[in-house]
Amino acid sequence: MKIGYFPGCSLHGLSREYEESLKAIVAGLDTELVEVDDWSCCGASSAHGSSHLLGVALPARNLAIAEEQGLPEVLAPCAACYARLASARHEISEDPQLAGRVNNVLVRDFKNTVRVRSILEVLKGQIAGIKARATNPLKDLKVACYYGCLLVRPVQVTGGYDDPEDPSSMEDICKAAGAVPVKWNRRLDCCGGGLSMSRTGSVVRLSAAILKDAKAAGADAVVVACPMCHSNLDFRQKAMKHRGAWEGDMPVLFLTQVVGMSMGIDPKTLGMGRHFVSTDSVLARTAGTGSGSGTGTNSAAAVAGEVG
Amino acid sequence: MARIGVFVCHCGENIGRTVDCHGVAEACKDVPGVVHSVDYKYMCSDPGQQMVKNAIAEKGLTGVVVAACSPHMHEKTFRRATAGAGLNPFLCEMANVREHCSWIHEDREKATVKAVDITKTIIEKVKRNVPLNTIRIPVTRRALVIGGGIAGIQAALDIADGGREVILVEKGPSIGGHMSQLSETFPTLDCSQCILTPRMVEVYQHPRIKLYAYSEVESVEGYIGNFKVTVRRKARSVDEDKCNGCGACTQVCPNKKIPSEFDCGLGKRTAIYVPFPQAVPNLPTVDRNKCLLFMNRAKGRPDTCKKCADACAKGAIDFDQQDRLVTEDVGAIVVATGYQLYTIGKDQPKDNLKGYGEYGYGTIPDVIDGLQFERLASASGPTSGKILRPSDGKEPKRIVFLQCIGSRDPQKGMEYCSKICCMYVAKHTMLYHHKVHDGQATVFYMDIRAAGKGYEEFSRRAIEEEGAQYIRGRVSRMWREGDVIKILGFDTLEGEPIEMDADMVVLATAMRPQPGIDALAQKLSVSYDQHGFINEAHPKLRPVETNTAGIFVAGACQAPRDIPDAVAMASATASKVLGLFANEMLEREPTVACVNEANCAGCFHCERVCAYGAVEHKDIKDRAGNVVRVIAYVNPGVCQGCGTCQATCPSKSVELQGFTDEQIWGEIQALGV
Amino acid sequence: MDATTPAVAGGFEPRITAFVCNWCTYTGADLAGTSRLQMASNVRIIRLPCTGRIDPMFITKAFERGADGIIVSGCHPADCHYNAGNYHARRRFAIFRELMDFLGVDTGRITFSWVSASEGGKWRDVVNDAVTRVRALGPFTDYRKLVVDPVATATGVVPPEHVGKEVPA
Repeated sequence: MKIGYFPGCSLHGLSREYEESLKAIVAGLDTELVEVDDWSCCGASSAHGSSHLLGVALPARNLAIAEEQGLPEVLAPCAACYARLASARHEISEDPQLAGRVNNVLVRDFKNTVRVRSILEVLKGQIAGIKARATNPLKDLKVACYYGCLLVRPVQVTGGYDDPEDPSSMEDICKAAGAVPVKWNRRLDCCGGGLSMSRTGSVVRLSAAILKDAKAAGADAVVVACPMCHSNLDFRQKAMKHRGAWEGDMPVLFLTQVVGMSMGIDPKTLGMGRHFVSTDSVLARTAGTGSGSGTGTNSAAAVAGEVG
Repeated sequence: MARIGVFVCHCGENIGRTVDCHGVAEACKDVPGVVHSVDYKYMCSDPGQQMVKNAIAEKGLTGVVVAACSPHMHEKTFRRATAGAGLNPFLCEMANVREHCSWIHEDREKATVKAVDITKTIIEKVKRNVPLNTIRIPVTRRALVIGGGIAGIQAALDIADGGREVILVEKGPSIGGHMSQLSETFPTLDCSQCILTPRMVEVYQHPRIKLYAYSEVESVEGYIGNFKVTVRRKARSVDEDKCNGCGACTQVCPNKKIPSEFDCGLGKRTAIYVPFPQAVPNLPTVDRNKCLLFMNRAKGRPDTCKKCADACAKGAIDFDQQDRLVTEDVGAIVVATGYQLYTIGKDQPKDNLKGYGEYGYGTIPDVIDGLQFERLASASGPTSGKILRPSDGKEPKRIVFLQCIGSRDPQKGMEYCSKICCMYVAKHTMLYHHKVHDGQATVFYMDIRAAGKGYEEFSRRAIEEEGAQYIRGRVSRMWREGDVIKILGFDTLEGEPIEMDADMVVLATAMRPQPGIDALAQKLSVSYDQHGFINEAHPKLRPVETNTAGIFVAGACQAPRDIPDAVAMASATASKVLGLFANEMLEREPTVACVNEANCAGCFHCERVCAYGAVEHKDIKDRAGNVVRVIAYVNPGVCQGCGTCQATCPSKSVELQGFTDEQIWGEIQALGV
Repeated sequence: MDATTPAVAGGFEPRITAFVCNWCTYTGADLAGTSRLQMASNVRIIRLPCTGRIDPMFITKAFERGADGIIVSGCHPADCHYNAGNYHARRRFAIFRELMDFLGVDTGRITFSWVSASEGGKWRDVVNDAVTRVRALGPFTDYRKLVVDPVATATGVVPPEHVGKEVPA
């Protein structure tokens, strides 16, 4: 299977391990990612707040290029990119006038034929493959699947591949990988999103509530599919502790890393060492992969130290 | 040879101003077959009608054309006049030279030319008209009422009190419907059982009502005035004639842990059971899916438990009873099958419906629906009227009601308003306040829809006098922490998210038609909407009739209805039924399709396009009685006269009386150059 | 000028035959009358119970008898007095229109529309639009020549159903 791939800025920067683990697992799932040529910013978190047209035209530019490349669908692993690309596609299809204005801005004949897929949608379609390749099932690893706000909502934009208020696809994927999803309550709450820098206090309060709930439900790790969520839940744990909002360490994993671990892929390849909170406790549970964990932890600690 | 009389009306100035009426009358004189053509100031006046009558008598007219207003206005008037002169009324037609000519044109010359055309068209049609006779159909003056809830009870009693026999069919073991489950009713807070049970007893004792409880309609044949209905009388395993309702059997039944349907799962019942103490008929029924004897029989094991049979002094328990089919002839049918509540949870019975997984209904025991709350509040309910939590039997001090669960949500598949929830939630907050004085009721609502006599006052009372806290907004999620239900919502008036704790949550779920309504509607050939609600014939002017003549609809099977609405509809259907039964014969316009038996090849294309199922198969036999051909026959009692069959018939063997091909060809030719 | 011919002063005036259902469009045309909505006088209405009753042969016959344009109009989808007659009509005319196109009749001469009993104004627009369109297309003579032409009639090209029937002069 060939699918278009829109990495967005995060997967080449802050969340490099998301891309590393994604590329590692798609190879095992007989899927080829075709990167969108000369892709640009999707406009997330700032463009649509300042100019509606810009907020639509920026993602539309990337979709137009994908269209010219002959890609029928594009995977946007970052939840914010996914939301922007899928919203643009939805808005253009609903409003012919807007479509005309966007085409004028792009100076392209964009026909809006490219379907936008989230990571959940793509992996949900590969559940059989994930199950079949789970050579190293994550026995008894209790995971709290965290969706956040953008992955499955709004339903008009996502096309309803999952229930927007009571989703289950991430749990299904984790189960296929051999992990045990816990029942918990805050899986659709807001993590604070793009306010990480401007209103750190809010992010700490919101993200800490999520982590506490996951911990109370007995989770060993929180699983996410969004670089922004990951940064707020992982990197901000230190700030939470400073402010007395949180105690302990909760590893926060990308969904692709969970799948990669189940396939027995080496932790280094999966970028397990790039996290701020050590993933050792998780890796210790998967037999035979302990060797890579030490390096991972050290590097994570090193990075955390630099930032601190 | 036709002898047509043409009468051109001036309608005072209305036609005469723009049409040269005299000129039209003169021009029509030249049309072959016209023997009389005159104009007059007011044709519809007495002298005008007399002119028509006189001309029929004096000139021996075989057809009458009145060039005047729309046939919708005065066709009946002139057909009556024609009949008064001894000519078949269907030989009179109107040429519409007012609405379709004089009123919409200013150019007198053009309007006159058009008026001549219009009149000539109708002359050619009338030349080809044939006398038609009003269709008379015998009427069986008994009615069938399907559904024994408040709507069915009211319809049955009104028809029976009007002097006609009624068959009342109820699916469950007792009549009473949902109303019998309610505690108190809005906006008066009178006890539901107290006003309902006397009506139920009245049904049982009425000499003209035959009650078939625990029965279902198996099949329906026939048409208005002449339906043949087969009813399946399901096996109760109890002989109705022998049983005296003492209840000894239910006391000895060992299987006592079955969730009671009547108590919405909050109470328990036995395998042989009477659904509730006031049940009518007061007869026990064996639930064969739960009875040990039948469960053993299903596994091929010998009968073990016969405790109920041993306890019965009358020997009324009959484990070998079979379903029985009974056939009844009726002339009219009232559909009053009522509603069910939307199922809330993630698993839904239909593909087009979606549930609310995020509310934890079914997993959090203290999240219940409106009917369950009614049972808790009911004096005869599982808690004897105390508001207690199903989980631990404690009195909830913080209770939260959520309105519009499913209703008004296209995402869930139900975009309609369920109408009763705003009122019953207001009622619930009051009942709660009356029973738990130190408790706080909170309501999340989208809008308050309190249209109805005393309704707005009632909901205001809940807020202003009975202390209910109303929050405009939705709840996004609920979960349990310890024995507390955490609620996450949004107050849209404050513009703020809300997190609150509750001890119990009541969901005001959408009303949906009963399961199996589609199958019943198909048996009755009445149409239903995408939600399964039965369609009325006209939303304004024929609200209790269906598109199938002789079948009427009452109560919540047509749309969400409260009790007064359902009762009003039921009485309306009863008045329709009694009107239909006023005469022994039913008269109908003869504009129906008629098959040319010599030509019909029996392809039955007509049958496939008929929206009414009016086309039947008719055997043509030779002298020895062997069937030689099967052809179509249009039942004049069922045909509504649309003519789709005629346009479809490849051999032109079916004709719509009054609009035959020959008549239309005549009209088209009249317009020719 | 023959009294049955619309006024021709000022050029070609098309003759348009309208087949309408009794419950929606005929009543809508009545409403146009009671509302005194002025419109072109070229349309002659033939009333039928339902659009489902309209045989495509009526249209060919009307063309043959000299109509330059046709209007077929009934209840809006889902509003049919007879539940489904208009759906049958819609299917029938979707196919019939293509046939007419194939046979060389400009489909601009045939107007299909839904006009409800409350749409007097829409009926006026349907009438005026059809008249304007057909006027621009000019007279339709292809079918008329076959039958009404005296020579054709003399040579016996008369549809069998006309034989022995009165045909207006």
